[in-house]
Amino acid sequence: MLHIKCPYCGMRSQNEFSYGGDASVKRPELNKEISDEEWDNFVYNRKSLRGKHLELWQHLFGCRQWIKVERDTATHEIFNTYKADEEIT
Amino acid sequence: MSQKFRLENVGLINRDKKLSFKFNGKTYYGYEGDTLASALIANGVHLVGRSFKYHRPRGFFGAGVDEPYAIVQLYRNNETEPNIKATEQELFEGLEAKSVNCWPSVNFDIGAINNFLKIFLPAGFYYKTFMWPKSFWYRVYEPFIRKAAGLGVASTKHDKERYEHKYEYCDLLIAGSGPSGLASAYAAAKNGARVILAEDKPRFGGSLLTSDVNIGNQSGEDWANGIISELKEMPNVVVKNRSQVFGYYDHNMLVMSEKVSDHLPKTKKYHPKQRLWYIRAKEVLISSGSIERPLVFGNNDTPGVMLSSAAKEYLKVYGVLVGKNPLVFTNNDSGYETAIEFKKNGINPIILDSRVNPQSEIIDEAINLGIKIKFSYVVVAAQGYKKVSSADIAKISNDKKQLGTIENIKCDCICVSGFWTPTIHLASQSGNKTKFKEEIDAFVPGTSKQNETTLGAANGIFTLEETLKSSFTAGQDLSKKITNKDNKISFPNVVEKISSQHDKFWCVPLPKGKNYKRFLDFQNDVAVSDIEIALKEGYRSIEHVKRYTTLGMATDQGKTSNLNGLQLVSDIENKVVPAVGHTTFRPPYTPISIGAIVGREVGKHSKPTRKSPMHSWHEKNNAVFVDAGVWLRPRYYKQGNENLFEASKREAKNVRTNVGVCDVTTLGKIDIKGPDAAELLNRVYTNAWLKLPVGKARYGVMLREDGIVMDDGTTTRISENHYHMTTTTAQAANVLSHLEYYLQLVWPELNVNVVSTTEQWAGAAIAGPKSRKLLEKLFPNNDVSNEGLPFMGYTESELFGVKARIFRISFSGELAYEVNVESDNGQFMWEKIIELGQEFQVQPYGTEALSTLRIEMGHVAGSELDGRTISYDTSLEGLISKKKDFIGKRSLNREAFTLSDRQKIVGVVPLDKKTSIPEGSHLVKDAQAPLPNKKLGHISASCWSVEHDNPFSLAILKDGKNMIGEKLFVMSPLKNKVIPVEIVSSHYVDPKGERVRS
Repeated sequence: MLHIKCPYCGMRSQNEFSYGGDASVKRPELNKEISDEEWDNFVYNRKSLRGKHLELWQHLFGCRQWIKVERDTATHEIFNTYKADEEIT
Repeated sequence: MSQKFRLENVGLINRDKKLSFKFNGKTYYGYEGDTLASALIANGVHLVGRSFKYHRPRGFFGAGVDEPYAIVQLYRNNETEPNIKATEQELFEGLEAKSVNCWPSVNFDIGAINNFLKIFLPAGFYYKTFMWPKSFWYRVYEPFIRKAAGLGVASTKHDKERYEHKYEYCDLLIAGSGPSGLASAYAAAKNGARVILAEDKPRFGGSLLTSDVNIGNQSGEDWANGIISELKEMPNVVVKNRSQVFGYYDHNMLVMSEKVSDHLPKTKKYHPKQRLWYIRAKEVLISSGSIERPLVFGNNDTPGVMLSSAAKEYLKVYGVLVGKNPLVFTNNDSGYETAIEFKKNGINPIILDSRVNPQSEIIDEAINLGIKIKFSYVVVAAQGYKKVSSADIAKISNDKKQLGTIENIKCDCICVSGFWTPTIHLASQSGNKTKFKEEIDAFVPGTSKQNETTLGAANGIFTLEETLKSSFTAGQDLSKKITNKDNKISFPNVVEKISSQHDKFWCVPLPKGKNYKRFLDFQNDVAVSDIEIALKEGYRSIEHVKRYTTLGMATDQGKTSNLNGLQLVSDIENKVVPAVGHTTFRPPYTPISIGAIVGREVGKHSKPTRKSPMHSWHEKNNAVFVDAGVWLRPRYYKQGNENLFEASKREAKNVRTNVGVCDVTTLGKIDIKGPDAAELLNRVYTNAWLKLPVGKARYGVMLREDGIVMDDGTTTRISENHYHMTTTTAQAANVLSHLEYYLQLVWPELNVNVVSTTEQWAGAAIAGPKSRKLLEKLFPNNDVSNEGLPFMGYTESELFGVKARIFRISFSGELAYEVNVESDNGQFMWEKIIELGQEFQVQPYGTEALSTLRIEMGHVAGSELDGRTISYDTSLEGLISKKKDFIGKRSLNREAFTLSDRQKIVGVVPLDKKTSIPEGSHLVKDAQAPLPNKKLGHISASCWSVEHDNPFSLAILKDGKNMIGEKLFVMSPLKNKVIPVEIVSSHYVDPKGERVRS
């Protein structure tokens, strides 16, 4: 079971969180004309990375904040966690 | 029966407490502190089971977790449990156990005929033999194999025992309380670290209990006891015996199974039987020791052949002799230690040492004690069927390939030692890539993957002094990093005998003309010849050899067989062991009971039960409940002898003719506040929300980004910047997360807060033509006329002094209201509705009537919004705004979503107006068409229309828009039904929606 540092609550067990997928995906702006391809990329297409992956988790049974977690998908090593609006260095 | 093999003054058992127990129906006696194994051996019982494949007699091979043979069926306190190792099960008064894998009895086992047919049972036998004819598999082969095989019978009774889970954090978790575990725990504890020390056996000390050493002028055992007593007194230390750390998971999470009550005749009140510990440790010290390796020779599975370390443990810990005429067969000095213990207790062992001329202190001691030693000698084969009676021995050439003349010597047990295998399971599970250590012919942990350090014998260090030194240092250094304290501990003086180099020899060649079975895996009956066949047949990868021969796949997971198997493969393949590699170590290290894994989450505790504030009223009024997610909801209220069908029809009919009241507390409720609340709703729902006035509700549908409908519900504008959203019961949690996702990540500029208020409000739906009259009674000071409170209107009021919210919304399609009060007042509200509704024939209605009402109205619910449908499919496309963008809108352009013959919701009526249509049935054009018959759609929900008094269903049908009036067939292969039906509009009742506005 992973041990994830919530930027608001500290180290917590994985079973307090729910996984939210790739954090680098950006929703296209509302009312903007975009191609089918761009939309498909946003809705469906995800890289199934092996290695460092920036992903979203929600601290569901805690502060309910969505956070960003930088995790190695092969080793589960967590390098860093960020608040939703935090600059990622 | 006397304990003929029990010594007078040796052992750590409590001779003041004699215990009686039964094995295979016969009564024996043992002592407190015995295991079932030690007590049986004390009574001279060596035949405890039959092997898995050949049904050969099985005795005891080890003295602990590594035991491959002595698996029994245990009976304790009117419960039975299979797969119990007699070597681990502590004796208690009244214990009962039986042999497994033998029929009709362990002494006369019919399956043993396999042993004489063994030529027909080579590696891969089952794959090769039971292939044809195909129908024979489940008619003949499988039932036969099932009867013949198996390691006991699982109880089919409900397990009344309690199992617990515990979550714990610590600085250092130390697995194993041998010398390295004790030394590291002590050093870390003295530095103030929070330490958990786990020992799988009842006694602490590991090898110190059986080895002849001296630490700080005390015996090993006394030193261990001293350390343990001191640790137990320290507030920062948890010391646990009978606790096996069996799994090493990610981020230094380890799981440990504590057997709290298995050693007692009965679990004490309020105690669990077992407890599973989830431990998050900052550092893990693996001090799991090592397991002795067997030597491989002919008939080396005969009862009486056992590990020399086990013989020593039975003697020193339990005061039990495994034989009175022992033969010790060894390739290293460990066998000598066992022989010396025998000799000290008046028994004359013979040592066969495969080495030519070894020299060490231990060997000298054996010689001085007058023990007979034969160098360059090996056991060729054990003789005796149910117990060793003699051994064929021979001199072996220096290259270990030629045997001299075979001699036969009498003996009643053969204690084997083929050197030691470090227990590296936990390190390997943590991700550590193990490495092969040539000097000890075994794998040891390599570079640490997580925060794990392996110590002592588990790390391939077999001298006590080095083990203690490195363990003190590890405990000290690791704890210093955590606590910043540096208490120096003086290192005790250690006296031990230094061993000479072991012999790399491990497998005795077959003598000419003999075809003895030489076993590698004792539990799965895998012999040298099986591995040879597998390799001849082309299996190369060790993982494939393992699966083909089942080597190491028994319940002992190859603890004693893995390395010898690897040795053999590498010998035949002419490779070195590290090139062959080892199979993967996976948790659990030793079998864990299902009860312990499940813990207390059984029966009604398997999930939380949520009850509405009106629950006790429903109970008192004969409600029959149904699980709705985690909620308990009244399904119907039983009157007299009514069944579900009759009751729900009565309740639904009463809503259509008079007035009914339904508990709708379970609906998800989300409070939305902030200046941008309207904008949020406008983006979340498909319809327009910016112009909804205060005091008005609106129905909305929300999509996922892929265009599929996510949920529906009404949202009401309570005040300028305050909205009350309702969701379906099932989607409440998902919708809240969905809103939080967009507010926190996508549109953080929106100034809105959302919070769940599901449990803050109790809700009652009052529905039916007389609902307004009832409302007038409930709220006499309010104008609830059609003008005062129109359809989709909202007002706040007081219900006899209790604050209430009134929504004029309808799910049943009748004139209806929903009243919310704070949860504490729910019961009061409900009782008032029932009381004042009497004159209007009010009746409560449950979820079954609720479904009937919504189905015949064509209102969609979860069975239509099933994660596969879009707005068009459920006839909600009228709510899609063309003017604004919203979540999922861009997906609606997808080709599949715009096809003209796309599926759509329709109504379905059987032509005979009598036959009920099973939910989930398929709609087809031609009931006689050959299979696969093309499916046009499926039945999503069915009811008995109370309005039309005939069955009615909703269906999602291809080109449903153009199918109204068509005649099709409903097919349900599950219920074996074919029903001719007519397709009608999904709005079967009040298609213009006049009633809700009346």
